[in-house]
Amino acid sequence: MNGNLKQKVSYQLLRLITYGIVISVGYILFDIIRHGLPVINWEFLTAFPRRSGSEGGILPAILGTLYLTIGTIAVALPLGVGCAIYLSEYAEQNRFSELVRLAIITLAGVPSIVYGLFGLGLFVIFCRFGASILAGSLTLACMVLPIIIVASEEALRAVPRGFRESSLALGATKWQTIRTNVLPYSISGMITGSILAIGRAAGETAPILLTVAAFFLPKLPGSIFDQVMALPYHLYILATQHPETEKVLPLQYGTALVLLLLVLGMNIGAIIMRIHFRKKYKW
Amino acid sequence: MRMVLVSCASISIIIVALIFLFLGKEAAPFSLDPGLGSLFDTRWIPVSFQGERFGLYPLVTGSLLVTMLAMLLAIPLSIIGAVYISEVAQSMEREILKPFIELLASIPSVVLGFFGLVVLAPLVKSVFGLNSGLNAVTAALLLALMALPTIITISEDALASVPRSFKQASLALGASELQTIFKVTVPAALPGIIAAIMLGIGRVIGETMAVLMVSGNSAIISFFPLDSVRTMTATIAAEMGEVPFGSQHYQALFWIGMILLLVTFVLNILSRLVLKKYGMAQ
Repeated sequence: MNGNLKQKVSYQLLRLITYGIVISVGYILFDIIRHGLPVINWEFLTAFPRRSGSEGGILPAILGTLYLTIGTIAVALPLGVGCAIYLSEYAEQNRFSELVRLAIITLAGVPSIVYGLFGLGLFVIFCRFGASILAGSLTLACMVLPIIIVASEEALRAVPRGFRESSLALGATKWQTIRTNVLPYSISGMITGSILAIGRAAGETAPILLTVAAFFLPKLPGSIFDQVMALPYHLYILATQHPETEKVLPLQYGTALVLLLLVLGMNIGAIIMRIHFRKKYKW
Repeated sequence: MRMVLVSCASISIIIVALIFLFLGKEAAPFSLDPGLGSLFDTRWIPVSFQGERFGLYPLVTGSLLVTMLAMLLAIPLSIIGAVYISEVAQSMEREILKPFIELLASIPSVVLGFFGLVVLAPLVKSVFGLNSGLNAVTAALLLALMALPTIITISEDALASVPRSFKQASLALGASELQTIFKVTVPAALPGIIAAIMLGIGRVIGETMAVLMVSGNSAIISFFPLDSVRTMTATIAAEMGEVPFGSQHYQALFWIGMILLLVTFVLNILSRLVLKKYGMAQ
């Protein structure tokens, strides 16, 4: 076989395998959409589950996931952005900033179930929050913190140095410079990071398993010290613990599709925003 | 203002310290009674009338078996994927493939686990003629899918960071594009690819929901891929909800968490060191 032919065949083989990966992902999405779509209707989205989840809708799980993500982002966003501003604008190359970076890398690699154990030990038991929205949100906030920091720092570093220098040259203080000349141009990157973080927090099961999730609650939570239902946990229970798993298969598909749309929607939104803002700000 | 920002930055250090502290705090009493030696037992029977056994062997072998099978599949596939995206694909094609791979990383593991349960497990069952499709192979197939985006993305960065002059020198010497890719570019990017694989292993060992749903969960020592196995992560997730607070079983589960934390911590730090040393970090 001559070299040219060999190369062509090899490239086609590489392409075949790469597209094989893409197709298998596509098939998963297709399967869930195909079986989930017929289940989703107004009642499914706005009704309470009946007969321990065998009938009815998933409203409390949707709201529970919403509450958890709001709580998570309310804690993680200010901390993450603060940390990113420090790393990008203030930090010198010293022990402390190196330690911070090491900590961020470590947090990004901790398995989600370990976050669950940590949340159980610290927030649920030691802080006496019990299994609650508060404990779950704080646990998820620790988990998504690195995502927000990395995205925000990248956005801050993308702002040209001249923006800062011109402001400083006019006599503005460092913080005034950051507030008026750096933050406005990096806010989009921070929003992108937050959307990714929300998507991650909404889809995770293991951390909330031990810190907040309940399978069935007759009413919506009244305060941040109440337990909630959540979409990923609801799917897990319906698929594995429910006495009639075969019978509730359509509801499982429906729940999986709602969760998938929520998480993928967030991620696609973040990708589109990134492209949009890259085009908008060119310097 | 500086102080406010410094305290924000310290939070991440504090959280890491608290994770180690609280896992250690809940796990610690176990080392006095019944003693760490009992973790080296060969049986995991945490609830029993005749005396509980907290041997981690079946769980560790379960995690190892599933991880090895998953990596056997994921490593070649993802290196091929990374090579194709970075070296062969047209730029338009690349712009479509890359976000798609990122999207795969964002599918919640419980959704993949659900897909494994209702589609993949019955398939594995009928292909191998088994009584149940819930076994190490099914779990490994899902885990391989989860490791793919991690390994592809980082390997692709490593391939892209190989200096252009390497490739030009190889082409100028008369090597074909294909020879250049596999004899020059890939070897030059190898440290980055190895780091990517280590991060992928970390991801796979720590993955919980998908393995919990499809691995079958029997705590036996087995290296046969079609056996039902129970991983360390799945054990914590399945049993923590029912243990009495502060019991030995509870402490043993925290020990498992501690081991997972240490393993992923070491893999993570090592791979970052490699990436940093060879200038391949993003």
